[in-house]
Amino acid sequence: MSSLTCQRQSLTFRARSYTAFVFTLQPPIEDWLAALDAMLERSKGFFAGHPIALDLSATRLSPVEIAELVSELEVRNIRLLGIEGINPAAAHPRLPPILRGGRGQDIEVPEPVAAAPAPAPAPAAAPAAKKQEVASLMIDSPVRSGQSVVNIDGDITVLGSVGSGAEIIAGGSIHIYGTLRGLAMAGAGGNARARIFCHRFEGELLAIGSHYKTADEIEDSLRRGPTQAWLDGNTLKISAMN
Amino acid sequence: MSEGKSARVLVVTSGKGGVGKTTSTAALGAALAHLGEKVVVVDFDVGLRNLDLMLGAERRVVFDLINVINGVAKLQQALIRDKRLENLYLLPASQTRDKEALTEEGVAKVIAELRTKFDWIVCDSPAGIERGATLAMRHADAAIIVTNPEVSSVRDSDRIIGLLDSKTEKAERGEYVEKHLLITRYHPWRAARGEMLSIEDVLEILSIPLLGIIPESEEVLRASNVGSPVTLNAALSPPARAYFEATRRLKGEDIPMHVPNESRGILNKLFGRKAA
Repeated sequence: MSSLTCQRQSLTFRARSYTAFVFTLQPPIEDWLAALDAMLERSKGFFAGHPIALDLSATRLSPVEIAELVSELEVRNIRLLGIEGINPAAAHPRLPPILRGGRGQDIEVPEPVAAAPAPAPAPAAAPAAKKQEVASLMIDSPVRSGQSVVNIDGDITVLGSVGSGAEIIAGGSIHIYGTLRGLAMAGAGGNARARIFCHRFEGELLAIGSHYKTADEIEDSLRRGPTQAWLDGNTLKISAMN
Repeated sequence: MSEGKSARVLVVTSGKGGVGKTTSTAALGAALAHLGEKVVVVDFDVGLRNLDLMLGAERRVVFDLINVINGVAKLQQALIRDKRLENLYLLPASQTRDKEALTEEGVAKVIAELRTKFDWIVCDSPAGIERGATLAMRHADAAIIVTNPEVSSVRDSDRIIGLLDSKTEKAERGEYVEKHLLITRYHPWRAARGEMLSIEDVLEILSIPLLGIIPESEEVLRASNVGSPVTLNAALSPPARAYFEATRRLKGEDIPMHVPNESRGILNKLFGRKAA
């Protein structure tokens, strides 16, 4: 049992939402920076100490250009919490992390044709390394009320029960071999093929991607039985598994 | 450990308030002392202390846990010996301070010192999951989770079990914190009418071993009003018997489980199914 406890400790962590300012960059960059400077001139330290994210969805910047932009902001004492709206492949250890706003949209940003001089080789290496980390997560003890198990990169399997007020959030599918009394969200990264399976359903909420149903909206006949949920187009379907 | 004793630190906890933590701490502490163990009950409910009243010691409190933590008093000065049982002691909480006065190092020091002097250290946790509750459970070897057979109490207990598995010193070392479920305020007639969760439901949800089922009783209220643990005040009453049986199970004895007011020990099977 001691090993169980040990294992869960290392696997369980919290998902927490924070409020942050989001800067949406409007090209051209020079004008945008000038407008930013004008604003900072009026109220110095307006952003000091606040978490700030940068939305680059309106632009097509190369990793080198993004790095330059980040250092331009640092000069202005604006330190970024993360960047959203760029291709995950552009992730680079020296850039702030890529945020997906919980929706995990896959953005296809074509590589700039007239590539900026000498694109760093590291961005290409990073995603390759990341692919190997994708793994399913196995929890072999009950998930208690208030605990949150998150695996954005893959499936989650729970051998015990999931308590009322506990949450399981997976990028892939969720398998619960005990009773689900809490909340299960599969396909959190936008994977529409993710499913939720539970041996006995008494849950509070089921979600796949951004589609969800609360216990109230789920037929009573499904309660206490083996249940699965999947996405059929834009409809969340829930049925008994027999 | 100077006397070669292996002291056990118990925390009596629940998450939810009003389920019977303090009553149970007093009853179990007195029962352990009655069975010959050297026991200290420690009130962690700083600012809202009650354990002194339950033991009828409220007029003898001079120094308290916070005084000891702050170095204002020595542990020996703060310990109050029970008038009825010579091997039962109380370490009271401060009523004038709040939980912020509890420090992690201070609590660690006090518990370490108590371990050298007692066989059992029974910590009465405040309700909630904040500082007072987490420090009360911090050094526990075993936890008694007090639960009423109703949904809100059961969910709060589930939450507390999760915290016991992550925030205690033992859990942080990768060890298992022993957990025991004590179901209190059990109404046999309400259970029969399906107005409460059944014992089976509670065990199924929490999946930890059952230590005892304490029936709701006038005797519990009467005992607290006269400032005496029910196990001393009405030792032959149904709740006191249930507490005594729970105490003996805690000491490792194998005693069949009875659902109050039901003649057969139908829970033997469930109790035998030790989740740990």
